[in-house]
Amino acid sequence: MSDFTSDFWNWYIIGITLLSVAFCAWLLLAMAKAKAPAGGKAPTAPAAGGKEVEITGHVWDGDLAEFNNPLPRWWMWLFWITIVFSLGYLVLYPGLGRIEGVLRWTSTGAYAKESAEQDAKVKPLYDKYAAMDLKQVAADPAARGMGERIFLNNCAQCHGSDAGGGRGFPNLRDGDWLYGGAPETIKESVTNGRMGVMPALGAALGGDDSVKNVVAYVRSLSGLSHDGTRAQLGRAQFETVCAACHGVDGKGNQAVGAPNLTDKVWLYGSSEAVIAEGINKGRNVTATTGTTTMPSFKDQLGAARIHLVAAYVWSLSNSAAPAAK
Amino acid sequence: MGVQGTAATFNYKVVRQFSIMAVVWGIVGMLVGVIIAAQLLWPELNFDLPWFSYGRLRPLHTNAVIFAFGGSALFATSYYVVQRTCQVRLFAGPLAAFTFWGWQVVIVLAAITLPLGYTTGKEYAELEWPIDVLITLVWVSYAVVFFGTIVQRKTPHIYVANWFYGAFILTVAVLHLVNSAEIPVTMWKSYSAYAGVQDAMVQWWYGHNAVGFFLTAGFLGIMYYFVPKQAGRPVYSYRLSVVHFWALIFTYMWAGPHHLHYTALPDWTQSLGMVFSLILLAPSWGGMINGIMTLSGAWHKLRDDPILKFLIVSLSFYGMSTFEGPMMSIKTVNALSHYTDWTVGHVHSGALGWVAFISIGSLYYLLPRMFGKTEMWSIRLITLHFWVATIGVVLYIASMWIAGVMQGLMWRAVNADGTLTYAFVESVKATYPFYAIRLLGGTLFFSGMLIMAWNVVKTVAGSKAVDAPIPAFNPAHA
Repeated sequence: MSDFTSDFWNWYIIGITLLSVAFCAWLLLAMAKAKAPAGGKAPTAPAAGGKEVEITGHVWDGDLAEFNNPLPRWWMWLFWITIVFSLGYLVLYPGLGRIEGVLRWTSTGAYAKESAEQDAKVKPLYDKYAAMDLKQVAADPAARGMGERIFLNNCAQCHGSDAGGGRGFPNLRDGDWLYGGAPETIKESVTNGRMGVMPALGAALGGDDSVKNVVAYVRSLSGLSHDGTRAQLGRAQFETVCAACHGVDGKGNQAVGAPNLTDKVWLYGSSEAVIAEGINKGRNVTATTGTTTMPSFKDQLGAARIHLVAAYVWSLSNSAAPAAK
Repeated sequence: MGVQGTAATFNYKVVRQFSIMAVVWGIVGMLVGVIIAAQLLWPELNFDLPWFSYGRLRPLHTNAVIFAFGGSALFATSYYVVQRTCQVRLFAGPLAAFTFWGWQVVIVLAAITLPLGYTTGKEYAELEWPIDVLITLVWVSYAVVFFGTIVQRKTPHIYVANWFYGAFILTVAVLHLVNSAEIPVTMWKSYSAYAGVQDAMVQWWYGHNAVGFFLTAGFLGIMYYFVPKQAGRPVYSYRLSVVHFWALIFTYMWAGPHHLHYTALPDWTQSLGMVFSLILLAPSWGGMINGIMTLSGAWHKLRDDPILKFLIVSLSFYGMSTFEGPMMSIKTVNALSHYTDWTVGHVHSGALGWVAFISIGSLYYLLPRMFGKTEMWSIRLITLHFWVATIGVVLYIASMWIAGVMQGLMWRAVNADGTLTYAFVESVKATYPFYAIRLLGGTLFFSGMLIMAWNVVKTVAGSKAVDAPIPAFNPAHA
């Protein structure tokens, strides 16, 4: 897309830029020439060292006066150098409207060139790892180090420097997986992202009282304290509504990322209030209920780096597989 | 054409009010600065309260030091200088009084709304639309008072300080109106009239000219009156003041895009921003040369006049910052410096070293005269203030320079395997000691303001407010 909606703006930019530089140059030239005042010699006054210096003769507020010393020579040179440099720069680089500049430089071009050079330099190394199975990569200390540094600069913002996660952001070290912990599954999660959604089900369950019953039943699944009667009542509803994703036994379903509700791992917390909130408002339904979706890193990292970081993440909950395996 | 024999006096009341409030707001603004510097070192200091969070206090700090402290110093000195150099009483007294009270209300509203989280999100223009409307009213009144006085002047020529004050008043009016164009949705929420990269460009056109006109042109006005007055010497070169005035106000307008290097802003716009920032170097230095060289023949006065020390050191910092600025606008340098604490160091070398120093120097000149005295209660305390503040600035900017360059280098460090050497958090950790040094520097500078406050209290206590008579203008000497 062009930055200019009409040719007028192109010429406007070129014109006003060159006029501005010319104005600075004119100002400098005009003031560098000592103006002889009308009617002969300019008045002078004694300055430092008894030297007589031209003075404007205007006085304000009793004693404010102005010498009219010539412009310092070195300063004029400084001004001229910046003007000449600027004009030279505008010849070489984009600046004067649509004119591309002799070097044809663009910031996107410079970025692409620099990335391509860098990629070419490290390509053999990444190719070597890409040819290896993820478990073998995880067993290579150098590769694990690379994976860790990629992790720290791209994943740690949500999952933490130690990969321990946070509220709404899964812990990646505990061996508990929403979508599965096989190396290739982890790689798939990083590459294409995950969009796990818990729908808001308060109304479907029949209101607050029913939700309380379901909460009691859910807590009973992992042995948390609960009201036995309510849990009994909640069980039937769980099996008709929640079981679709979380399974009749509550053990979850990795195909849709539905968490296992029978273990001790809780993404948002296990208190009655938090579980009820999840049921009533859902999770990841709208921006206000949390947007903890896992983004796709396909474009940001590229396949070669994803290969390394997936192996590193896998290694966090699996003692590095022996290289021979 | 003389006015000798009449009892006409200058309007010192509004100058007095603004001078005192400049000291008060200086203390408040710098205290908030010290608090947020401490928060960077000890994040717990936000007490987990939204009103004390860094994100809300930081704009409070910048607004308080720039518009409350700097603004009050500009109002005070410009009202003083324009009357004295035009040799006429300030035009439209009640309107001048309105600018004082109106500006104080703006500041108080800022101090209330910013911690509550009301913000437009535009840097240095965070205040919401009702306050923007009040700022506009105050500013138009300011222009009427200032230019009305110029029109009524008894002197044939307009003194150079007034050129700079005039340019500052006119340009800030334009900047404020254009950048704060917004669509109100509720009483305390509005949206910018611009979107996307255009919004960013307008914002930094405003942002850099806020530096160029509010924090530079206005303070050059201060410089052109108080340096020759305190030194008792004529200004060095009229001719130089003409070149650097026109080149400065003309070129600053272009420099904004250097805040948006390597962003979605088109390449050509970035180049123009860089090129004009470089051209800006010489015009900026013109002001420094004219100020410092005014002292030629009076260098010895620097030895025992702490007010002159403040004024001249401020010009040295001005020269340093205006060299550093153009260098940082060069794209390759900016690639290292942008988003680091180097920028913070650069800003404070200008804000503390230049703006605050020249304000403090001129206030020490002004305050005793407002109360019928020739000098402050204690000259030794001014000297102490000078040294405490100088050490404070040096510690502040040196630590931020080192921290900034270090951060820039850490962020771009790449291993042989193509991965980044450091995680972001490692650069934060490495910055910690420098945050401590910065806090120390800031605390020293703040302590200097407390010394000043004590000196002001002792000077003002028991003395009567005095409005000087307007001296007769003798055309023979003009």
